[in-house]
Amino acid sequence: MGIQEIQEGIVDEFSLFEDWMEKYEYMIGLGKSLPLIKEEYKTDDNIIKGCQSKVWVHAELNDDRLVFTADSDAIITKGIIAILIRAFSNQKPQDIIDADTAFIDEIGLKEHLSPTRANGLVSMIKQLKLYAIAYQTQLN
Amino acid sequence: MTETTLDIQKIRKDFPILNREVNGRPLVYFDNAATSQTPQQVIDVIVHYYQNYNANIHRGVHFLSQEATDAYEQARIKIQKHFNIGKSHEVIFTSGTTHAINLVANGFSGFLKSGDEILVSAMEHHSNIVPWQMLCERTGAQLKVIPMNQDGELVMDSYHNLLSNRTKLVFCNHVSNALGTINPIKKIIDAAHAVGAAVLVDGAQAAPHIKADVRALDVDFYTVSAHKVCGPTGVGVLYGKEEWLNKLPPYQGGGEMIAEVTFEKTTYADLPHKFEAGTPNIAGGIAFGAALDYMNSIGFEAIAAYEEELLHYATSELKKIEGLKIYGEASQKAAVVSFNIKGIHPYDIGTILDKLGIAVRTGHHCAQPIMDFYQIPGTVRASFSFYNTKAEIDALVAGVQKARNMLI
Ligand SMILES: Cc1ncc(COP(=O)(O)O)c(C=O)c1O
Repeated sequence: MGIQEIQEGIVDEFSLFEDWMEKYEYMIGLGKSLPLIKEEYKTDDNIIKGCQSKVWVHAELNDDRLVFTADSDAIITKGIIAILIRAFSNQKPQDIIDADTAFIDEIGLKEHLSPTRANGLVSMIKQLKLYAIAYQTQLN
Repeated sequence: MTETTLDIQKIRKDFPILNREVNGRPLVYFDNAATSQTPQQVIDVIVHYYQNYNANIHRGVHFLSQEATDAYEQARIKIQKHFNIGKSHEVIFTSGTTHAINLVANGFSGFLKSGDEILVSAMEHHSNIVPWQMLCERTGAQLKVIPMNQDGELVMDSYHNLLSNRTKLVFCNHVSNALGTINPIKKIIDAAHAVGAAVLVDGAQAAPHIKADVRALDVDFYTVSAHKVCGPTGVGVLYGKEEWLNKLPPYQGGGEMIAEVTFEKTTYADLPHKFEAGTPNIAGGIAFGAALDYMNSIGFEAIAAYEEELLHYATSELKKIEGLKIYGEASQKAAVVSFNIKGIHPYDIGTILDKLGIAVRTGHHCAQPIMDFYQIPGTVRASFSFYNTKAEIDALVAGVQKARNMLI
């Protein structure tokens, strides 16, 4: 599936929820199923700055596709990363670079997050795109 | 424990913000240690100032300037009386505690040399650590830390061992913002004086709960921020003993702080103006005085007794939650509860509480060394004020329980 399709799927899922409680419960569930980063990659270099909780992300090329793994010490944060990883992982770097991120606003994630977490979300997206740029340069 | 004599419902009507809804629920404001809410009586003073006598002070010949000057100076006297300060010019208006501490730290540059020592407590706010580190870098003096125990109390034996004739300054907060510990500052001050060291006490967290008597304490410097005592943000006070304030050089140059200026030489104004360069936060200073009036009209003894009641209630109710651990269980404590639940990040709890309209603080509370001591990323901190109720604590406890069920 392409990024666009996956994002539409996420938006559809979130439209089913009646209130914030259900959204959070869903995100917490997603957090528990996050594809975890290997312990050896949990280094300071892989920490994303701008989050009150710690977030580590690792990227690896599998053929021509970029695969992300991650972890966080906070479960809601893990849920947020899980959504992002679902949207961006296992895609071609150039597609990740080009991807639109409007779905974040459509699922009402930002308005439901505290300001520091919303900032963290922006940092996370930026970091995923930076990885994509780095690997795209490698592929070129 | 006796029930409070305060009419809390009546007091709550003084605070318009307490009527707010957050995320569709009535606001429960438990972030009082970060900043307190402002009663209408204080808001009115600020509005009245801008509507009736807004003018620059100490420099106009005209009527409004005189009126504003009088009100500002009256506020200084209110603050003087409140803290039992000997002379009104020992009250220096600042932008807050951070500014006050930097003023003193900067002033001490000329008094310290390599080999001298500064002692700071292990439970300091960042604003109380960084200026001393900078001072040490400038002078070659050494920073030493007074350790604390698991309950969040300073280890006084270690403190006595650290003191020597090399000690020039001791810095300690009166009440810890992260743990709520009330430190034995009288003992700390007396022991420091016995070796000839000066003492600065950061009273930012103590002021909302305790009316400090700086002369009885014999403290050399004491700092307060108005926004923690129902006053506005961006204004505070440095108390300094006259002999110290005369010795310290001015911190900032500018208008108001000079007596005579030529290009060859400037002579500085007398206290307190020597430390009050530029146009101050005039409305803020006046409102600071009004805020102390407001709190005194309720009474600090009644406030302290009621807040203790809230603290005990919150502590015993929260402890019923499985896996909940409270950080800071000093025998002398202000109305602050810092806690975590085993296996849950404090930020997650804070996020769920926010959705329920409950405002708490999460994180390291500008006191990272304390978090390192307990080896935790942070805590959830609920801090109470006299306008809070037990029903609000019930909402907090239910909220934490709900968060736990969702997150575990
Ligand atoms: C113990 C302590 N010291 C200093 C400060 C800083 O005060 P301000 O930000 O008003 O300068 C605070 C406020 O958070 C505090 O709790």
